[in-house]
Amino acid sequence: MKDKVFVTIDGNEAAAYVMYRMNEVCAIYPITPSSNMGEWADEWSSKGIKNLWGNVPTVIEMQSEGGAAGALHGSLQAGALTTTFTASQGLLLKLPNMFKIAGELTPTVFNISARALATHALSIFGDHSDVMAARTTGFAMICSGSVQEVIDLGIIAQASSLESRLPFMHFFDGFRTSHEESKIEIVPDEQMKQMINDDLVELHRKRALTPDHPVLRGTAQNPDVFFQNRETINTFYNAAPDIIQKVMDKFAGIIGRQYHLFDYVGSPDAEHIIILMGSGAETAQETVEYLNAKGEKVGLIKVRIYRPFDIKRFLEAIPASVKVIGVLDRTKEPGAVGEPLYTDIINALHEGLAEGYGKIKSMPIVVGGRYGLSSKEFTPSMVKAVFDNLKSKKPKNHFTIGINDDVTHTSLDFDPDFDIEPPDVIRAMFYGLGSDGTVGANKNSIKIIGENTDYYAQGYYVYDSRKAGTLTASHLRFGPRPIRSSYLIGKANFIACHQTVFIEKYDMLKNISNDGTFLINAPWKKEEVWDNLPKKTQKHIIDKKVKLYSIDAQSVAEASGMGRRINTVMQVCFFAISGVLPKEHAIEAIKDSIRNTYGKKGDEIVNMNLKAVDNTLDNLFEIPNPGKITAKYDIREAVPSEAPEFVRDVLGEIIAGRGDDIPVSKFPVDGTYPTATTQWEKRNIALEIPVWDEHICIQCGKCPMVCPHASIRIKVFDPEELVNVPETFKAVDAKDKEFAGMKYSIQIAPEDCTGCGVCVEVCPVKNKTNTSLKALNLAPQIPLREQEAKNWDYFLRLPETDRNILKVNTVRQQQIQQPLFEFSGACAGCGETPYVKLVSQLFGDRAIIANATGCSSIYGGNLPTTPWTMNRDGRGPTWSNSLFEDNAEFGLGFRLAIDKQNEIAIGLLLKLKDKLGDDFINDIINAKQIEEPDILEQRKRVALLKEKLREIDLYEARRLLTVVDYLVKKSVWVIGGDGWAYDIGYGGLDHVIATGKNVNILVLDTEVYSNTGGQTSKATPISAVAKFSAGGKATGKKDLGMMAMSYGSVYVAVVAMGAKDDQALKAFIEAEAYNGPSLIIAYSHCIAHGIDMGNPLQQQKMAVDSGQWILYRYNPDLAKEGKNPLLLDSKAPKIPVAQYMDSENRFRMLKKSKPEVAKELYQMAQDIANDRYKMYQYLADRKYDGEQK
Amino acid sequence: MDITTKYMGMNLRSPLVVSASPLSEDIGNIKQIEDSGAGAVVLYSLFEEQIVSEQKDLFYHTSLGDISPEALTFFPEQDEYRLAPDEYLNHIRKAKEAVKIPVIASINGATTGGWVNFAKKMQEAGANAIELNIYYIPTELGLSGNDVEQTYIEILKSVKSTVKIPIAVKLSPFFSNMANMAHQLDIAGADALVLFNRFYQPDIDLENLEVKQNILLSHASSARLPLRWIAIMKGRIKADLAATSGIHSGTDAIKMLLAGANVTMLCSILLKNGIDYIKVIEKQMLDWLESKEYESVKQLIGSMCQLKNADPSSFERAQYMKAISKYKF
Repeated sequence: MKDKVFVTIDGNEAAAYVMYRMNEVCAIYPITPSSNMGEWADEWSSKGIKNLWGNVPTVIEMQSEGGAAGALHGSLQAGALTTTFTASQGLLLKLPNMFKIAGELTPTVFNISARALATHALSIFGDHSDVMAARTTGFAMICSGSVQEVIDLGIIAQASSLESRLPFMHFFDGFRTSHEESKIEIVPDEQMKQMINDDLVELHRKRALTPDHPVLRGTAQNPDVFFQNRETINTFYNAAPDIIQKVMDKFAGIIGRQYHLFDYVGSPDAEHIIILMGSGAETAQETVEYLNAKGEKVGLIKVRIYRPFDIKRFLEAIPASVKVIGVLDRTKEPGAVGEPLYTDIINALHEGLAEGYGKIKSMPIVVGGRYGLSSKEFTPSMVKAVFDNLKSKKPKNHFTIGINDDVTHTSLDFDPDFDIEPPDVIRAMFYGLGSDGTVGANKNSIKIIGENTDYYAQGYYVYDSRKAGTLTASHLRFGPRPIRSSYLIGKANFIACHQTVFIEKYDMLKNISNDGTFLINAPWKKEEVWDNLPKKTQKHIIDKKVKLYSIDAQSVAEASGMGRRINTVMQVCFFAISGVLPKEHAIEAIKDSIRNTYGKKGDEIVNMNLKAVDNTLDNLFEIPNPGKITAKYDIREAVPSEAPEFVRDVLGEIIAGRGDDIPVSKFPVDGTYPTATTQWEKRNIALEIPVWDEHICIQCGKCPMVCPHASIRIKVFDPEELVNVPETFKAVDAKDKEFAGMKYSIQIAPEDCTGCGVCVEVCPVKNKTNTSLKALNLAPQIPLREQEAKNWDYFLRLPETDRNILKVNTVRQQQIQQPLFEFSGACAGCGETPYVKLVSQLFGDRAIIANATGCSSIYGGNLPTTPWTMNRDGRGPTWSNSLFEDNAEFGLGFRLAIDKQNEIAIGLLLKLKDKLGDDFINDIINAKQIEEPDILEQRKRVALLKEKLREIDLYEARRLLTVVDYLVKKSVWVIGGDGWAYDIGYGGLDHVIATGKNVNILVLDTEVYSNTGGQTSKATPISAVAKFSAGGKATGKKDLGMMAMSYGSVYVAVVAMGAKDDQALKAFIEAEAYNGPSLIIAYSHCIAHGIDMGNPLQQQKMAVDSGQWILYRYNPDLAKEGKNPLLLDSKAPKIPVAQYMDSENRFRMLKKSKPEVAKELYQMAQDIANDRYKMYQYLADRKYDGEQK
Repeated sequence: MDITTKYMGMNLRSPLVVSASPLSEDIGNIKQIEDSGAGAVVLYSLFEEQIVSEQKDLFYHTSLGDISPEALTFFPEQDEYRLAPDEYLNHIRKAKEAVKIPVIASINGATTGGWVNFAKKMQEAGANAIELNIYYIPTELGLSGNDVEQTYIEILKSVKSTVKIPIAVKLSPFFSNMANMAHQLDIAGADALVLFNRFYQPDIDLENLEVKQNILLSHASSARLPLRWIAIMKGRIKADLAATSGIHSGTDAIKMLLAGANVTMLCSILLKNGIDYIKVIEKQMLDWLESKEYESVKQLIGSMCQLKNADPSSFERAQYMKAISKYKF
């Protein structure tokens, strides 16, 4: 090991590492789980790191994967070595170009972190459905199963592509390989260079389009010659397998690792073998070796090159003894004869045997099965189950493994306790909170162990789907041999719970091995630790003789100046207890790592981390195991017993971490899920919650308006409702004259609140005798939890305030409307959700929502529970997510369908005129339906109509009943972020607003791709640092509102709720009332801005006060009245833009990294703000014909 | 007329020195300060809080991540960060390249934390001297005056132990016995005392019921307090004395020199009238010196300090009572 260079990196970095060195241009678009590859390339490019030929590759982020493919195609055609990184839907958007690139025999390598395609649901996790969808493009397909292979086969792909002229898809499993950190051997640049033949690079350049040697490529051809042209490429595809094997052999000669198109592993006289590709093959190899060591004779074939499929070499890889073959596909093709690898294998065997290839003489039994969709675990027990199936008398075909299919009974049983992991591999699990540094510390620990020992190391990280209070589970393995275990740890020697709150929620020790070690971070004294653990945890400890350690990491971190970041403290504890390295050696290594990692961020940071290291060991205690259960509580049920059956049996099981065990029969067949489910998931993540001081509250309604999670609410009700009132429930006289004699209550949902404190920030009231207090004040949640939970239940039972009596154009009354979007998984303090919630309050009972992929589709539609809910009448928003790029069109489709059904209904009404009466149907047809009372009236008319129709025995009446509800206005909302609206979906958005159709488009503008981790969009303002703008964005933000206004027929509003809430409210009401397309661009502060998420509204105020964000409303209806349609709602800027920018890290960090650039861009930002304000002022000041001059 | 003076061993062209202020944030301004005839420039202060909080802030935001499997980080990692301390050191280097007059670095803090080590880096960057601005508002009920004084001494000693260049201590007048405090600092090795620091006092925003900080510039009467203490201390300690606060004219400067100041610091008046106003003040000073037929500033320095005053009590309490009695109601 000593003369080789080892590094600990993940699969994405490995792919980027080799591709960056062997290319000149990278054209990309971010998509999980591939985004990091492009980000690495961009980071290296911005730092001037050179490729093999001494050039710095150019990295460009495009507006979509389609755009990236176009740019890549052009770059290849013009002669540059060009690559890209993508996955899933992104690969689909590249398909048209891929057919072209392959048809033109253009060498390139696409790097794919293979991910599920969205079908009944979106999934960001790994399987081969994307690459399989691209298998007809003519690209060669090469698959890596581990991080080491990503390096090796990446190089082989590039060299093979240049020589064969076939473009390559180099794919590896999304997350399992792309995000697995592994200690691997790096291939030095000089060896990589030996693999690339410069003559082939020159040939690529010679084929380029250049006016110096003009050619024409991309003709249109007719029936006479297209076909023949298409067959010209055959010789290249026929030659490719030999070329690839030759490259693999050369690689073996230079680097030492030998690959084949098909690699056989296992017993040379195996009768039963399996065939698969990707990370699952690593698990299969580990299992095969284990089983053979136990005396079995089994084997596997790892498919390295899936296209072009070399039948001869495939047959030659199969031992002569083979009788039964199981083929495993990580994809599903409904309706097909079988999945693609399976059908290819059958076909290859059939053809190969006929040709006399290989050693087998007759057709073996071949069965196919599906595994691992969407990163479903694929474990040794599942591999064994597949072999057991192959050995059965009549092996099940078209099976599934890893699930319980109790409907079509495809699944194979497996033994979850089958464990093959050797005892010399250390297995450690760490439960942390997203952003508490646990994952970062573990990544660091892997590097320390990788660099300081001969151990191989592996790290894999699992996150839950919430952005606030995210649970992270780190799975770390260390061992003397390369680690092939591409599955989560089943039995851990060491488990650490980094957050005390998890103890009452999760069964932390279900994976602990006998004699394992459990470390808990808890604020308790060492004598109190045992009694504070839940029964189940105590039982695990007693039964499995677990060693228990405890530390109050929070106190140690705080005393060291680290605040809430406990990562360093817990890391020291791990090394101190686990014995992976000698304690002193480990501590020195941690300290060195701290100096290296944080050195550039300042001495203070280094010193506080070093102090934390020194302070840790004195506070780490071993807790004796008393051998008896003393706990007075147990781990809580995931959902209460009164929850609906589906919530209990399905969603509750997912919450409890038992989703893998839910059988097929429990799920809806078409991806349709009930709404109103977040209410059952009491997450209890707030450390503090707001407490209402009813005596000083002015009942302004601002607190529920800004609450991102709808966990603070108002009701106004008759005093007579106050019966059986909980002791601490608060209600006072309502102040508004419209509510004379009524009671007013503000109530917090204590178990749903995230404790962000934005409600406290917005509260305008100060206590006259103590100005540190407002009408809302934060207080610790735990002491208040039980009392406020009772109050919340009581509050929910109170009647909703009659919507008809509310003046909805004032925040103080509008905010009494029930939110129909609640308790989402958005970040604490989220700037988007208050707008989404506002839509739900104002129009939720008639809203149909098209939601672009992004943050809002994740907090809006990610299982287990979803936030869209319904009112007591059972009405509420109905919601769907189509894609990222097509959301405006998707919403337009809603409008078309609704209008059509409304038209059908009116036609049928007219046909039934004689039965229903002229006046009645005219009232229905001509109802104006603009304001809330109009709509309620129409609902009454339609209810009456339904009654009448049921009495009429005519075909038209029965048909009308199916569409009758479309006579009541439906409100179509198209919601998404700036990545969608400004970039990938802009073409569609532009087209939709040009149609004149009545859709309401809400752009939640965070000015960056928030969901995928902060990549630049065209909404990113000048000077902001974001991924792909590491040196500060050099150009200004696209003025989307101005572009939409240019049609003259689009309602446009730019709002910032935190700066001017009443303007935002007006805009939403006007947009919905406008009978045509509306576009609302909403400033959404975001965690990706680098701000204090407890006081985010001040950022909105500063953005507006500086003129960086200009508020306005453009209403085409005003132009129809002869008035200027543009109302400028922003006053002239009163603070410099720099003052606003300096308050956000995204701008500030440019000053700290590139001050000279920052100076210039800051000035440009100020100039842009000045010019824009002047322009808007000019437009708003223009007098129209209908106005007095 | 010889207006040169000596301050902490440095020969200065003029006793008019520009004190720490935003004026010195710009190298062009520093050149202008030299061109206008100032004897030296004290750079803007680097604050202890700035060193610590800026790093923590950057660390917090750039380390934030792992919010979801899709957002593991939010910002691209930068090759290097040019933090305030580094920028300050660069600024010292640039200032030294730009001007010949002595450049005095200024560091402002209140604890004996790690920031004091930064003085060594200032020395390495070329600063001719360091002005240690100890800005400390003790509010703990259990903290005695002696403890507070010891904090000052410890800060000075720890800085002195790391550098060779002269150290001036800028301090407030709020001590039980200013003379003893000055004496202790003198023993601890202060090369000069800068009297006095102007503490910015908080104000209340009546609209929002919030405490607000706003900067009030000095006025000429602010000079009375340093004038007294410079006169009292002159000749009784080894350390040089610098006068600061309320020096708005040549005659204000003359008074300070008479009392015993080696240099007189200008700030508010320059913020108000511009850097070139140094020339006006110098002219006023020269006019007075010439009219009184002085030959040099050195002649003047300390000529009216308490030790040389015909009526030493005039700088003490007795005189205070007399001053009041002059008013007739």
